[in-house]
Amino acid sequence: MSVADIFHILDTAISFKEISNRSIKKVPTLKGKTIINFFFEPSTRTRLSFEIAAKRMSADTFGITASTSSAKKGETLIDTARNLQAMNPDLIIIRHGSSGAPGLLTRHIDASIINAGDGTHQHPSQALLDMMTVREHKGSIEGLKVALVGDIAHSRVAHSNILGFTKMGADVRVAGPATFMVPHLDLLGARVCSTVEEAITDADVVMALRIQKERQDDPLIPSLREYARFYGINRSRLRHAKPDALIMHPGPINRGVEMDPDVADGEGSVILEQVTNGVAVRMALLYLVLGQEGGRAE
Amino acid sequence: MTSTKITVLQNGRVIDPVSSIDSIGDIWIEDGLIITPGETLTEDCEVFDLQGKWIVPGLIDMHVHLREPGEEYKETIESGTRAAAAGGFTAVACMPNTIPVNDCASVTEFILKTAKNKGFTKVYPVGAISKGSQGIDLAEYGEMKMSGAVAVTDGGLPVLDSQLMRRAMEYAGSHGLLVISHPEEIALSRNGAMNEGVVSTRLGLRGIPVAAEAVMVYREIALAELTGQRTHIAHVSTAAATDLIRQAKARGVKMTAEATPHHFTLTEEAVADYNTNAKMNPPLRAEEDRQAIRKGLQDGTFDAIATGHAPHSVLEKELEFDQAANGVIGLESSLALSLSLVRDGLIDVMRLVDLMSVAPARILKVAGGTLAVGSVADVTVIDPDKEFVFTKESILSKGKNSPFLDWKLQGKAVLTIMGGRITHSEI
Repeated sequence: MSVADIFHILDTAISFKEISNRSIKKVPTLKGKTIINFFFEPSTRTRLSFEIAAKRMSADTFGITASTSSAKKGETLIDTARNLQAMNPDLIIIRHGSSGAPGLLTRHIDASIINAGDGTHQHPSQALLDMMTVREHKGSIEGLKVALVGDIAHSRVAHSNILGFTKMGADVRVAGPATFMVPHLDLLGARVCSTVEEAITDADVVMALRIQKERQDDPLIPSLREYARFYGINRSRLRHAKPDALIMHPGPINRGVEMDPDVADGEGSVILEQVTNGVAVRMALLYLVLGQEGGRAE
Repeated sequence: MTSTKITVLQNGRVIDPVSSIDSIGDIWIEDGLIITPGETLTEDCEVFDLQGKWIVPGLIDMHVHLREPGEEYKETIESGTRAAAAGGFTAVACMPNTIPVNDCASVTEFILKTAKNKGFTKVYPVGAISKGSQGIDLAEYGEMKMSGAVAVTDGGLPVLDSQLMRRAMEYAGSHGLLVISHPEEIALSRNGAMNEGVVSTRLGLRGIPVAAEAVMVYREIALAELTGQRTHIAHVSTAAATDLIRQAKARGVKMTAEATPHHFTLTEEAVADYNTNAKMNPPLRAEEDRQAIRKGLQDGTFDAIATGHAPHSVLEKELEFDQAANGVIGLESSLALSLSLVRDGLIDVMRLVDLMSVAPARILKVAGGTLAVGSVADVTVIDPDKEFVFTKESILSKGKNSPFLDWKLQGKAVLTIMGGRITHSEI
């Protein structure tokens, strides 16, 4: 995705945002289009966001989750996808626990595919809605100092945001315990800081990432309590950032762990605006993919 | 199978490191043995004019998965050895991770019997270190050895219990068996899908650090020193492990090691785009590791080239990357890829033959590895200039899982003779 592509998507998203504020929140743009939400991993926000975006544009949407799909019966991902393809959808939106799964589908089926998050790889629509939110508040992304704090290693949100914000000219810093880092993040464009304070110094944007409590197979941190003490975003730590820094979180939040409640709910927090913008960005993506036949967005 | 006829290989470049021969000459074969060339050709002679070709001792791949018994849909002893013969091999050592595991004499005997009836190469079974490769109790080395096993390993289920590994080395030594280690500290590699590095970060895949191999190679060195038993390290993938082995050998530790064509040819970049045909264990590593392995082949740190030939079907490979099986085939691309080491000026032809024939025979203590008169007639004829495209359709192995598909390769076995019998010919 080029800088021009990102601008185009963000501009389109802004023009769609107004639809969600109308009393009749529906336009006929995608009438007659079939969209399948193919979610192999639990998701509330992203799935609902795509679903609402599609319905507000009058597309017909259908949802499959891991528990209702034939994957439970031993069907392979490719076979399931081929079967979906046989029903002629226009677009498949996929969320999958394996990195690279959307790319695997593009090699086997003809429908357009949007990656709604794959493993620990990418979550492009999240990065786009984050960039949209920052752009609305700061006017431009170029030159901003953006700090990502927390579990970078397991966060597809972090990976997409490092790529996206860097591409748009921001200075991206990441921080967290070394157990939450992966090698060569600098080659993706991020500066790896040894402390949260260093990362958020003079930051325009401070984004905390969720501690994934479900990761039990690897001893990453001793306790949530210690994590909160050394890496949690709280008021005192935020004194290092710019006074008007935006506070962001892709959700779901572990309150009191990666972010204190008074920060999440307080001044500068745009966490719920991110969710609102998510619908607009996804409307833009659906429009750009389905409005221009045969397009693909990954 | 013997022939009453005499096979005459004429005018080839005869390369026999054991006899220090590298000159144009003839090799005569009768009754499965290499004989002194006669004065004149008779009508009993089947003559091959091999001008421009190399005549070398039959190649031996000491690390192959033949999948039979148990996973015949992936490979059989027949299909695997057919592929081996086409790749210029006259013998392969087959790993014990079959179903059932080759952990007792009856499985070893089944493999040898099937190979005798249907095989295109000699087959040297490698037995399991532990019963069922479960890592708990020693398997019956004495009986497996009597039945024809040449070594023991638990392969891709590496022995985690250091005491078991110590006892395996000691007990294998008592029965004259080699212990082969697949060096991997599972606690460090668990759930890993590729090398830990820049590409794993980019692709969002769980990485396997270099340390997972280095830690275990160091343990094997320490145990080999403790027990005084000879130990072989399989498919080394890292610069760190290469250095450890080099140092151990310099101290006189009885240790040998092998490297694979994919690890000295490719890097982790081959995985980009989630190519499951480049997914293997140990994984493809960084460029510095690849260079270190090439250096190790040059300076003698590595004794042998082996492929780890691991056929899988699409059932195991056409999956999400993290769920796809590890392993790549290698028998039919090994020679051409290894010849590139000669073309790149890294090693000479003598050394190549040593790596692919002489050393494997010496390490496994089996026949072969020489063209001396009186030896078993295991002979490979190589056309070093022959170019071919390595297509899926051309592969004789049942497995098509190669990272080299559609590569243009140079150098091919054009005649393979095993015990006097022609097992592959494209002359």
